[in-house]
Amino acid sequence: MPKTKTYEEINQKLRQGKAVVLTAEEVTQMAQHASPAEIVEKVDVVTTATFGAMCSSGAIINFGHTNPPIRMEKIRLNGVPCYEGLAAVDSYIGATACDPENPSYGGAHVIQDLLEGKDVLLEAWGKGTDCYPRKYIRTKINIKTINEFTLFNPRNAYQNYNVAVNTTKKMIHTYMGTLLPNMRNATYSTSGELSPLLNDPDLRTIGIGTRIFLGGAQGFVIWNGTQFHTTKPKNEYGVPVTNAATIAVIGNLKEMSPEYLQGVYYDKYGVSMFIGIGIPVPILDEDMARRVSIANSQIETSVLDYGTVGQPKLGQVTYEQLQSGSIKVKGKKIRTAPVSSLAKARKIADELKAWLQNGKFEITQPVQMFPKNTSLNSLKETEADND
Amino acid sequence: MIKKRYVLNFPPDSGDKALSYHLVRDYDLRINILKAEVYPGKRGSLLLELQGKKENIEKGVDYLTTHQVICEPLDKRIHFQHEKCIDCGNCTAVCFAGALTMNRETWKLQFDKDKCVVCELCIPACPLHLFEIDFR
Repeated sequence: MPKTKTYEEINQKLRQGKAVVLTAEEVTQMAQHASPAEIVEKVDVVTTATFGAMCSSGAIINFGHTNPPIRMEKIRLNGVPCYEGLAAVDSYIGATACDPENPSYGGAHVIQDLLEGKDVLLEAWGKGTDCYPRKYIRTKINIKTINEFTLFNPRNAYQNYNVAVNTTKKMIHTYMGTLLPNMRNATYSTSGELSPLLNDPDLRTIGIGTRIFLGGAQGFVIWNGTQFHTTKPKNEYGVPVTNAATIAVIGNLKEMSPEYLQGVYYDKYGVSMFIGIGIPVPILDEDMARRVSIANSQIETSVLDYGTVGQPKLGQVTYEQLQSGSIKVKGKKIRTAPVSSLAKARKIADELKAWLQNGKFEITQPVQMFPKNTSLNSLKETEADND
Repeated sequence: MIKKRYVLNFPPDSGDKALSYHLVRDYDLRINILKAEVYPGKRGSLLLELQGKKENIEKGVDYLTTHQVICEPLDKRIHFQHEKCIDCGNCTAVCFAGALTMNRETWKLQFDKDKCVVCELCIPACPLHLFEIDFR
């Protein structure tokens, strides 16, 4: 009988300090000499991690009520617009939100400032009602004065991502960084064999309720991420060769650390936020052992031309090639550069490993798995006057 | 023989002197102009690589200084807040001079300022805006 383990058996071992926890890079090394059957015997949990720009992120904030109270119908934090359509003093600040007059400072920076304990200027306006008579408030808030401060990210941790190049004669500025003309550089964004959703490509262990490392604290996977696409082409190792599945995550920002969340601004693009995510993958059986053993040489991704409308695919490369410093596309050697931090991802994988080993963190069986066979709609243009 | 890069800032009235000629002839220096910006009647800036004996480079720099040229080693003009760097790699994508590279073992950023050619592409490319170069 092939060996299998349950979540509870693994948690028992974690509680007793007897569980064997490796990072995804360590288990890939081990797999050079050990079979999946041996790995499932020896290893209980594998930690995966990523630290990259994840634009679909933001925070729920409850400011608390003033006396007399205000129904906040327009809200600014350090000048950055926040969502005003949530009751009187609830708001959501999106990472990419900004005042067009000050495009390099956005929602991600407000979240970071609050996280670092800085004061942030709140301005809010209401029309004044019988129960909320106040029409204007201008005051400083900080992480201690606000009630809930919850990171809620609708789309994070993309399962694989494209490589960006630019075939045009002009330099272009993108969320994949600055792309030099004539394919003079290529940028890529995942942590390869350490990346969470590449270590469980069929999402057998990651689902609703999975406890994760989020921004330096414990967080949770709460839903599939937006643009969740599970029917993209896969390679012979079962890994999608382009961006596919995603996760929605949530966690208490008051417990998080600025070391694992970072507001960023891409010149001529906009604001985004680097999010640190680590996911423990339980080695339930040989199939999971085989999945987490995947190496950079087995993970492929698509090279897309970000300079051309429709982003045509120009080639397919492995993460081993990307991390070597150059790739070949259409016969041309192109210098590569990462745009997400593998150094920080490794730190997260190590930290999560320590949490698991110290009994600070247990693995969770998802309360519900993600949907299968999903694909995406594109936005149809029904009106005639689009330019 | 050593090689060192300097940023030279010329005052408005220094444009007519053959300073680089004297560096070559009088101090036996091999010069390589990597970047130049000249605004006639106003000022000029030059990124110059000097190659030669250490004492000759020092004498050459003294010579420039006596002719009112502000002459500083390039690394003193590059300000990088390394402690805030998250090692994302965005700057390495644009650094064709090879000054900014990722260490392929640790995946931390390495900055060899001696290879910088002051193209200044890293300044907007860094999503944390950690680079400043004082060239002009």
